[in-house]
Amino acid sequence: MDFNFTKEQEMVKKMVRAFTETEVKPLAQEVDETERFPIETVEKMKKYGILGMCMPVQYGGAGADELSYAITVEELSRYCATTGVIASAHNSLACWPIYKFGTEAQKEKYLRPLATGEKLGAFGLTEPNAGTDAASQQSRAYLDGDEWVINGTKIFITNGNQADIYVIFAMTDPSKGTRGITAFIIERGMKGFTYGKIENKMGIRGSATTELIFDNLRIPKENLLGEVGKGFKIAMQTLDGGRIGIAAQALGIAQGALDETVKYIKQREQFGRPISKFQALQFDIADMVTEVEAARLLVYQAAQAKAEGKNYSKLAAIAKLFASKAAMNVTTKAVQLHGGYGYTKDYPVERMMRDAKITEIYEGTSEVQRMVIAANTLG
Amino acid sequence: MNIIVCLKQVPDTTELKIDPVTGTLIRKGVPSIINPDDKNALEEALKLKDKYEDVKITVLSMGPAQAEEALREALAMGADDTILLSDRAFGGADTWATSETLAAAIRKIGNYDIIFAGRQAIDGDTAQVGPQIAERLNLPQVTYVQSFDIKDGKVTVKRALEDGYEIIEVNTPVLLTTIKELNTPRYMSVNGIFTCYGEGKYKVWGLNDIDVDVTNIGLKGSPTQVKKSFTPEQKGAGEILKGTTKEVTTLLVSKLKEKHLI
Repeated sequence: MDFNFTKEQEMVKKMVRAFTETEVKPLAQEVDETERFPIETVEKMKKYGILGMCMPVQYGGAGADELSYAITVEELSRYCATTGVIASAHNSLACWPIYKFGTEAQKEKYLRPLATGEKLGAFGLTEPNAGTDAASQQSRAYLDGDEWVINGTKIFITNGNQADIYVIFAMTDPSKGTRGITAFIIERGMKGFTYGKIENKMGIRGSATTELIFDNLRIPKENLLGEVGKGFKIAMQTLDGGRIGIAAQALGIAQGALDETVKYIKQREQFGRPISKFQALQFDIADMVTEVEAARLLVYQAAQAKAEGKNYSKLAAIAKLFASKAAMNVTTKAVQLHGGYGYTKDYPVERMMRDAKITEIYEGTSEVQRMVIAANTLG
Repeated sequence: MNIIVCLKQVPDTTELKIDPVTGTLIRKGVPSIINPDDKNALEEALKLKDKYEDVKITVLSMGPAQAEEALREALAMGADDTILLSDRAFGGADTWATSETLAAAIRKIGNYDIIFAGRQAIDGDTAQVGPQIAERLNLPQVTYVQSFDIKDGKVTVKRALEDGYEIIEVNTPVLLTTIKELNTPRYMSVNGIFTCYGEGKYKVWGLNDIDVDVTNIGLKGSPTQVKKSFTPEQKGAGEILKGTTKEVTTLLVSKLKEKHLI
């Protein structure tokens, strides 16, 4: 078992760390407080090849491996979970399914601008009545001559009103259940495609989480992704990979909160000495470090399995389940160790605690992760 | 347009710590970085490459094998080719012997329009190597470049002075030494990282690869020798006077008198 990074992975870590410190960290608080989508950071991520990094060079990507991608999302999320999820949703949920299931023509038309970062991507599966029960899709699509006609509403869509290219799902044959779901590629500005409610969220407040509304949206026949009726499989496989991104985001949030806490308790004095001198707090730090390091190994293991072409569904679920719990535990403890100051916006740990919670919910709740792990274990 | 960038790998002096017992620098575990002024040199070359299609950037360094890391980073930032001059015979060189070696390598590369070099390295602080290379190659040179422009083969630069600047127009080929005010260096790109280990992008040249008189290089060819190096004693922390303006000024005057400064 090799726990060493490759030279390229070391460089990615160094580069994204420097990028985050200088370009991402200074915006994190403002982006959270004003619920502002950090468009300038997206531009910079494009310039440095972060957005479509795992896509092959032939389609304009950087040809990076999955572990480099996990490191990237982790480092971005250490200071700004909003930025982490923008990159994660784009890479895992938009680029990947088109790369994996798209035709050559679709790859040229849609994957290339996504892989270069010229265009931003999003993924629309969740509906008001189709959350964990993703199979209950109420969006409908039917073929009318050379066009698909789509009607329905998607909610909680990351990069929602900011993206240019979307992978979406709709029921083409309700009688067939999950086998009646089909995936499509749609574009911003298509007639019949508008945006609805923008969510006012607890955390990742700079991330654009919006409704997508399809009102007799007509798209060319060739915008079908994969095959008719294979949409559910495409969605589930896409989310398997997406979970590695979210697990990496959770890991980054936890590491960020840990770093802030170590810094704080070494300088905060009570009873005439730094509070880091008290063993009770030292034990808290020890537990936080242990959770972060365990999460890191699980996240990297899942990423490495994907990079090596191994089955990663279970490993990704384990990584997300554990890392998101670690993020919640570590950030909650971080606020506690900051005392009253931790509860204020003068320190970033309260934001990190709010940001951490979503990692236990989106791209499959922790309960869904347990279902995946159990199903993979019990058969 | 062919550009050569001279770049040095240096210890990150902001990370240097002093051993409290011996009072000497702790070099172990200190990360190595691209010398900051040299990064500005590389950035200016990369900006030209962004702007014009026919720009080729060759990055040249002299140092031990570990300097490969700095050159790979330069490739990941966007340089085309890198060459490391590395040979036991080059070791222990002062600025005179270093510039002799680098100039020989530049002669071999040949056909260049601009040589960019950082003003000075943070580990030696001499600011001599760039100007010496220009002298050896018989090139015009402008030091302390804070802004740069090129039109029809004519280079116009602002040269920083202590209390202002000069605007200088100069023909190519030319050697320019750069300061941090010139630009903000870019990061490596992910695309750059995943191509920087590609074949032929990094070469190592030894003594036999360049045309140089062995008596002019390395420790033996260096007219200056380091006799002793030491860490100056640390000065104590300053004292901050507190109180009303009157109290503070009275106290300050008495303290200055105490030290016979006034």
